[in-house]
Amino acid sequence: MRFMMFMYPEIEEKDWGPQEGNVEEFEAMGRYNEELRKAGMLLSLDGLQPPSEGGVVKMTDGKATITDGPFAEAKEVVGGYWLIQARSKGEALEWASRCPAENCRIEVRRVFEMEDFPQEIQDAFEENFGG
Amino acid sequence: MAEAERAIEAVWRIESARLVAGLARMVQDVGLAEDLAQDALVAALEKWPRDGVPDNPGAWLMATAKNRAIDRIRREASLQSKQEEIARETGALFAMERSDFEAAADEEIGDDLLALIFTCCHPLLAREARVALTLRLLGGLTTPEIARAFLASESTVAQRLVRAKKTLREARVPFEVPRGAELQERLPSVLEVVYLAFNEGYAASAGEDWVRRDLCEEALRLGRILAELAPREPEVHGLIALLEIQASRLAARHGPNGEPILLLDQDRGRWDPLLIVRGRRALQRAEELPGPLGPYGLQAAIAACHARAIRAEETDWVKIAALYDALAQIQPSPIVDLNRAVALGMAFGPEAGLALLDEIANEKQLAGNHLLPSVRGDLLEKAGRPEEAATEFKRAAELTQNAREQQLLLERAETLV
Repeated sequence: MRFMMFMYPEIEEKDWGPQEGNVEEFEAMGRYNEELRKAGMLLSLDGLQPPSEGGVVKMTDGKATITDGPFAEAKEVVGGYWLIQARSKGEALEWASRCPAENCRIEVRRVFEMEDFPQEIQDAFEENFGG
Repeated sequence: MAEAERAIEAVWRIESARLVAGLARMVQDVGLAEDLAQDALVAALEKWPRDGVPDNPGAWLMATAKNRAIDRIRREASLQSKQEEIARETGALFAMERSDFEAAADEEIGDDLLALIFTCCHPLLAREARVALTLRLLGGLTTPEIARAFLASESTVAQRLVRAKKTLREARVPFEVPRGAELQERLPSVLEVVYLAFNEGYAASAGEDWVRRDLCEEALRLGRILAELAPREPEVHGLIALLEIQASRLAARHGPNGEPILLLDQDRGRWDPLLIVRGRRALQRAEELPGPLGPYGLQAAIAACHARAIRAEETDWVKIAALYDALAQIQPSPIVDLNRAVALGMAFGPEAGLALLDEIANEKQLAGNHLLPSVRGDLLEKAGRPEEAATEFKRAAELTQNAREQQLLLERAETLV
């Protein structure tokens, strides 16, 4: 089974991303990623640019509105993710708790597999997008 | 309480292989190492719910196991008087006092893990024993889990494991990573174990038994670990490339009622793009290393050709035929030729495929195999020879053991006449 680990750095936008002087932090994170890779668990990972480099699309009654933000609270924004393969939820949570960050929140979520969907939806998917 | 137990289970999943590997290096016996690791687990189950999970659970388990090892060896040494045993045990004690798990460099841990893989896959052991022992010690699977994965009884698997550990102990197989020529000689046996474990899970019907699906994931994990531990071996990357790409088709291989769907009929929208990308990247690593691709690398390259085609009609059959040709040269087998005939038929017309089938028609290995008449029927049909094709499909139907396949073959024969 697969789990997505969303990392919320809980920092202000001005403190976002690689800063001078925190080489050690980055090295520690690199080692952690390496551990995941060596354990055969890591499927993919990415770090995300600050929210100002993206935007928000809000859907209301099927209509899209695009804004640059503002984000309710910079601290509630995802900073990056890991996609891992784990043998249980417990194992995924244990890996998340080994993250070397000083302060952050990591949300661990199980990924849907095709088999988790009702047959009706699987069939519709196949009919429309298959072959 | 329940919280601590969950944590212990998770920590065990993550740490058990490294624990057993580190201990095996000290005591030079994987069976004893496993017992010691289990002892440490029991101690954790007693202590952690009460005192909380330690900051570095892996190091805690290792230190505990080491202490148990020293106790046990002292106790046994005082009971047994065989000189040889004592010599060996004091040697082990000495080794233990010198080693310090916490100070073990990453490289050493990697080396221990690799040694554990090679020991579990030792050529002294029968194939089933190798697979079971690897899943047990590297994957941390329980005996019932292995039994369910291989549709064997628990007592059979338990016996297999006991016998394997005994064989290794009695033969005094050194716990080490083979070097040079010996490494090249023993690597195929390791790769085969990962491949067999994967196929065992892959061959199972979809969704019926999650344990078997999990087996595919476990084999993938082992393959990926191996690729990190032995990055200079092209066949290691070739194998993991093949497995990643095959795994990408897991959700597309079966219909709603569990019926198998052939590669060319699969809904390619269900193929997992992430695994395809990972497979291609691994294949690229294999190609970049010196030397030509080995059997796994070539099979991965074939799988990658299929993965590259967005629709079945876009498949590059000329390239696939060439890859099968290369595979037939380094690993000649009638089954490879059978696949090559299919590819030749697709690339250059049915006559080309039929010509190759004529060459291998009398191979002993294919006698009684339904695939030969089945492939021939397909090629004859494409060549516009329906009566002969129908005869072949009927013959194939007689030979197959699978009722569903039999029905499909008979239906095909009927539409032709």
